[in-house]
Amino acid sequence: MEFFQHFLNALQFGSFYALIALGYTLVYGVLRLINFAHGDIFMVGAYIAYFVAVLLLGGEGMSGLGLTPAMTLAITVPVTMILTSLVGVTLERTMYRPLRRKGADRLYVVITALMAGLMLENGNLALLGASRKSFPELMHKVVWTFGGVSVTNLKVVVIVAAIVVFVLLEFIVSKTKIGMAMRGISYDKFAIPLMGIPLDTIIVFTFILGSSMAGLAGILYAMSYPILEPYMGALIGWKAFIAAVVGGIGDIRGAIVGGFLLGFIEIGVVAVFPSTLRDLFAFSVLLGILWLKPTGLFGVAQTTKI
Amino acid sequence: MKRMTVKVLVAVLALALGAFALMGCGKDSDVIKIGFNLELTGDIPKVGEASKFAAEMLKEDINSKGGLEVAGKKYKLEFVYQDNEAKADSAVNAALKLITQDNVVAIVGPNSSKQAIPAGGICNDNQTPMVSPWSTNPDTTKDRPWVFRAAFLDPFQGPVAANFAAKQFSAKTAAVLFDIANDYSKGLAEIFKAEWEKKSGAGTVVAFESHGTKDQDFSAQLTKIVAAKPDFIFVPDNYNQVALIIKQAHDLGYKGPFMGSDAWGSAELMTLCGKDCIGQFFSTHYAAAGAQGATKEFIDRYNTKYKYVPDDVAALTWDATRLVLQAIQEAGKVDKDIKAERKIVRDALANIKEFAGITGTMKFHGTGDPDKCAVVVQISPEGKFEFKESVCPQ
Repeated sequence: MEFFQHFLNALQFGSFYALIALGYTLVYGVLRLINFAHGDIFMVGAYIAYFVAVLLLGGEGMSGLGLTPAMTLAITVPVTMILTSLVGVTLERTMYRPLRRKGADRLYVVITALMAGLMLENGNLALLGASRKSFPELMHKVVWTFGGVSVTNLKVVVIVAAIVVFVLLEFIVSKTKIGMAMRGISYDKFAIPLMGIPLDTIIVFTFILGSSMAGLAGILYAMSYPILEPYMGALIGWKAFIAAVVGGIGDIRGAIVGGFLLGFIEIGVVAVFPSTLRDLFAFSVLLGILWLKPTGLFGVAQTTKI
Repeated sequence: MKRMTVKVLVAVLALALGAFALMGCGKDSDVIKIGFNLELTGDIPKVGEASKFAAEMLKEDINSKGGLEVAGKKYKLEFVYQDNEAKADSAVNAALKLITQDNVVAIVGPNSSKQAIPAGGICNDNQTPMVSPWSTNPDTTKDRPWVFRAAFLDPFQGPVAANFAAKQFSAKTAAVLFDIANDYSKGLAEIFKAEWEKKSGAGTVVAFESHGTKDQDFSAQLTKIVAAKPDFIFVPDNYNQVALIIKQAHDLGYKGPFMGSDAWGSAELMTLCGKDCIGQFFSTHYAAAGAQGATKEFIDRYNTKYKYVPDDVAALTWDATRLVLQAIQEAGKVDKDIKAERKIVRDALANIKEFAGITGTMKFHGTGDPDKCAVVVQISPEGKFEFKESVCPQ
């Protein structure tokens, strides 16, 4: 019984890693850029969700519109995804694109991404202060217990959301025209505009996709762990990045598998060994995987990314 | 292009130099400067805020009467606040900055042991008196003649929690979940485990699990704990993590009680935790509900000024700062030389045998650690911390 409980916990936590890893992988696949600000975009997504929810629901010193929690949730999800993707696009327009235009080396863009992440964290700290926000309850929590295994309705939603997002992205990238353009850019950034494909539009679209997934992850995370703080995205962002690399960065299946794998390894280590050894063991295992297959599980060296 | 770069560099340098030049200004001999090394941002911002609020209130009290009177002369107080971001390395930097740049006479804080232990080492090496209001880990003051505190110690708190839980829950077995990266949490967890196993026999702590400071998911640890079927769970953790731990334990179907430690006692606990925390117990420094005398007066004034009931950190900061001020007064003179003044203040602090604080009477026995009583409180349905029991050292 304990095993199934751990299994469910791992599925839930792996879902968060997977959702965030998808954002890393999309941007990397198209631009070959490790968007280190992605974890902080996730954090911004959680905060946007908080403000939208409080605005609609009321409470926390605001009168709000007084909607029911269910209505609030239904509106919060799309609004947060749209606003978060705007944040992602803004970063692209103001930070990455100017550098790209000047023909800067990819290294400088990666450093810019790191700085962008720190700016989001500290900007949030300056704007909202250090005290934490408590996320309102948007879904009446139901705990189902089957013979010693407890699962909440929220856990099920999180896991289902991760799988739906994966299927959707896989479809967009492999079956649609815009997906084909994305794959094209990853092959050859210079030849693609010659084919009449608007490079910037495709890149913006990639950022919209990746950031809206981070926004969705932000809402679900805030609902599962209802305490928001400016640094919440940093650690989970790094771990999701590692998950994306282990899965083979640039490949959507890799991000999903890597995310769940990291969730399972982390929870599995705690289940079997003393919990103090968690990160040490978890990352040793991941290191072992990279050692055997340096391009990650689904990665193919430099050719068919995304 | 090149000339542009040079110009920018020169401008930046000039600005930096200007900033350094400004720092040297503004020395005043009739001012006593006290430094505060506080957790104003980071994991536990409410702790730093409460400390700062209490200190500001005390400063206004004294300065409105013309200042602190030492040997017939009144000195204005100046409090310098440095943020240690609730990080050990930043606490060291904050302490060094207060000592070398701000030239403070003494330092109050850091509050949490994670920051107070390294900062205490710096203050001791640089011969500057430091008083930690809230730190309960023994290492903060151990072998450090320049470091003092206003709180009781974990070797005292651990048994208080263990004895109370054994009696209240009629418990035979316990589980512990703690923060491995936090000296306070780890130290207290180990003391509790040793005490419990001494009382109830080896193996009665059925689960002893840890997590990292930035973790937000505790499901794996809690699944192990719930499967071990303890009579209660001891969680010596900061209030922000407590809120998540208790919620997640309930999600996993745990219905038993929790026992907590003094790091629970923040005014922010209930806004984060909500109904999940109601009915739980924790050991702490004072109980705001039902306080009397000077304590009540402090609580009422703080409540009117800042619109919430002060938590234990606020009260302890008040006591710690008053301890420093009393030492300055009892020293009977203020030396112009900052190093000599620090020595005078330290000696005066070491000479205080008994101090009537609003968190109870403290008795010092030649070390920086006071003997004082602990209280156990229960969280009421209205979210108040209600007095349950007081335990004093024998």
